[in-house]
Amino acid sequence: MRSNLNFFSDQKFRSLFYQILVVGLFAFGLYYLMTTTAYNLEKRNIATGWRFLSNPAGFDISFSPFLDYKATDTHLKVYFVGLLNTLLISFCGCIAATILGFIVGVMRLSSNWLLSKTAYCYVEFCRNIPLILQIILWYTILLQMPLIKQSKEIGKGFFVTNRGLYSPRPIYEEGFGIVFVVFILTVIASFFIRRWSKKRQETTGQQFPVLWTSLSLIVFLPLIVFFISGSPMSLGYPALKGFNFKGGMVIRPEFIAMFLALSIYTGAFISETVRSGILSVTKGQREASGALGLKPNWIMRLIVIPQALRVIVPPLTSQYLNLTKNSSLGIVVGYADLVHGFGGISLNQTGQAIECMVIVMATYLTISLIISLFMNIYNRSIQFKEK
Amino acid sequence: MNSENFSVSRKPPIATTGLLGWLRMNLFSNWFNSLLTFLVIYLLYLILPSFFNWTIFSADFIYNDFGDRIIDRTLCTGRVDPERGGGACWSIIFVRFYQFVYGFYPREEVWRVNITYFLLVVAILPLLFEKFPQRKYFLYFTIIFPVIAFFLLYSGFGLLNTVRTNMWGGLLVTLVLGFTGIALAFPLGIILSLGRRSKLPVISMVCTLFIEFIRGVPLITLLFFGMVMLPLFLPEGVNLDGLIRVLVAVTLFQSAYMAEVIRGGLQAIPQGQYEAAQSVGLTYWQMNRKIILPQAIRITIPSIVNTSIGLFKDTTLVVIVGQLDLLGIGRAALADQTWMGLSQEVYVFVALVFFIFTFSMSRYSLYLEKKLKTGNNAGAD
Repeated sequence: MRSNLNFFSDQKFRSLFYQILVVGLFAFGLYYLMTTTAYNLEKRNIATGWRFLSNPAGFDISFSPFLDYKATDTHLKVYFVGLLNTLLISFCGCIAATILGFIVGVMRLSSNWLLSKTAYCYVEFCRNIPLILQIILWYTILLQMPLIKQSKEIGKGFFVTNRGLYSPRPIYEEGFGIVFVVFILTVIASFFIRRWSKKRQETTGQQFPVLWTSLSLIVFLPLIVFFISGSPMSLGYPALKGFNFKGGMVIRPEFIAMFLALSIYTGAFISETVRSGILSVTKGQREASGALGLKPNWIMRLIVIPQALRVIVPPLTSQYLNLTKNSSLGIVVGYADLVHGFGGISLNQTGQAIECMVIVMATYLTISLIISLFMNIYNRSIQFKEK
Repeated sequence: MNSENFSVSRKPPIATTGLLGWLRMNLFSNWFNSLLTFLVIYLLYLILPSFFNWTIFSADFIYNDFGDRIIDRTLCTGRVDPERGGGACWSIIFVRFYQFVYGFYPREEVWRVNITYFLLVVAILPLLFEKFPQRKYFLYFTIIFPVIAFFLLYSGFGLLNTVRTNMWGGLLVTLVLGFTGIALAFPLGIILSLGRRSKLPVISMVCTLFIEFIRGVPLITLLFFGMVMLPLFLPEGVNLDGLIRVLVAVTLFQSAYMAEVIRGGLQAIPQGQYEAAQSVGLTYWQMNRKIILPQAIRITIPSIVNTSIGLFKDTTLVVIVGQLDLLGIGRAALADQTWMGLSQEVYVFVALVFFIFTFSMSRYSLYLEKKLKTGNNAGAD
């Protein structure tokens, strides 16, 4: 054997060779990048480091519902404002898109021709038009709402203007804490009621109206406590003073445009996964449960949906991830999220491109990982449990 | 035959056949369905008439209601006489049509773009349809088409004048980004997916990290990366063209998604195919090229088309980093004093153009799926 000549045909050697080659190239690339970057940075007088985070930002952010932000605050605070805004729009968008997607998915399967075709048109239009365009389109429509001076009141304390939707703001007074505690307690109680009724049904076969009991508990008990304790909450109505409304709450058009566009766009995709999920439950399952004498809505709730969910949840997860990543498009309408606030304005002001981009990318990676983690846990809980 | 003597065959009841039967079956099968039908009709009644009124019936196209040619927004019927108006003013699209299609490409050179558009169709059609006559020869053309397109659009290697990419715009940029992105991301995606499934731990780790990183961040951060950070990474004097920088970002982004789609196809190939290929003595690359990839790609083509639709829509994001694609040209038109305020018309037009492209792609993907289901010996079974 000419082993010394043909040692390249040795599989072990070859695999080792390729891997070392990749590592070597990678290391060389990294080294090359770092040296050129360091050189470029030095030439442009950009100091690296994280010190800029504690410098005052010096610009205003129009939308910061959770943190009290002022222009004198630091870039670090800009980051947190942006992060919270990203999380807020993603959270609201995911919930709305899920609800919309499930409704439209069921509509598309309806035996009603008109209904299913309307749903089909919605899905095709909203799926096939770029999201960024939809965001801008909603935004231009919202900007054509009446000016603040000419705004009309729709319902008590609600104003639609081109500067956003003004609504009354709840003002909590002393004693509202009790109402809140009672509310939490009822939620916990309804959880235990559910467990108890499940156990009872398994042992005795008797059923208990869990949904209605817990709903009325959650709604009425806090309400009763609220009135007994002397209504410790009032509403602050927006009132026109000078050029703007004072008091009350405002939801900015940027947020509304993002919310509408994200949920309508993603809802179209979710409706398709819902549809294919429901279609994946074979007809025999329905017929068999019908033959057992289950009522139609029970068939849906106990037979079809649990099986459909197994198909729906994995693609649903990726839709949630997409929505979260797409929320970064807020930059086109000036929604102060992570990319616009911190990755855009802060970056331009400080010139710390590498640091800002690394932080923004790392944050998105973390959010993506957390969402997939939770959805994987949920997915595992609904999969077949083979005994 | 005998039954004729005993019973006369009767026609089915009117209410189960024909239009009436169809209506009853599909719209009014029970009270709930009827209610839904009326609700939907009412909603459509609220939306559709005003929509068509705005887009077509009360809209101005090239001339306004008074017969003047519209060259300015103040000549739109809605502005001249608010009582008669209320419709869209599409003249902005007609006046700026050249920019929407070619950007700022010099007018005397525009034949080059037109030829490229035509050749693009020639290059794509044989790729899409298996029964295209002389498909094999056309596919060779498809492979060399990018070179021809580059030659025609950009430099011409001394034979033609160089048209720098900052003169490109509109549909041209959208198509260049979309098709180059897809064409480059496809081979990259194949390599990444093979790498991720590789038995060599280092290679599989590098590919997995790359794919998961790209899939975990929004495209816009990658575009920023290309615009803001890439200049810092490059040695002095190297100045990449703006369009190429976004093209790099778009291609990397797309290749990660493409890799995952192709990996799905690779996973669907049964182990026996690999073993059989190895036992006839094929090397790793031969095995993948001749046995595994043709099957894997064949079953994933619908998903590949779907990801391509995603990429095509995502090309609009380059607006944010200042590239003038179709949407960018639209926004530039709106920044012009003469057309300010016609934003809805422009955005609806851009949306329509995108819809035409993406909808036909998604129809094509459906057609492929159907063909794969009924097709002979499709994929692995």
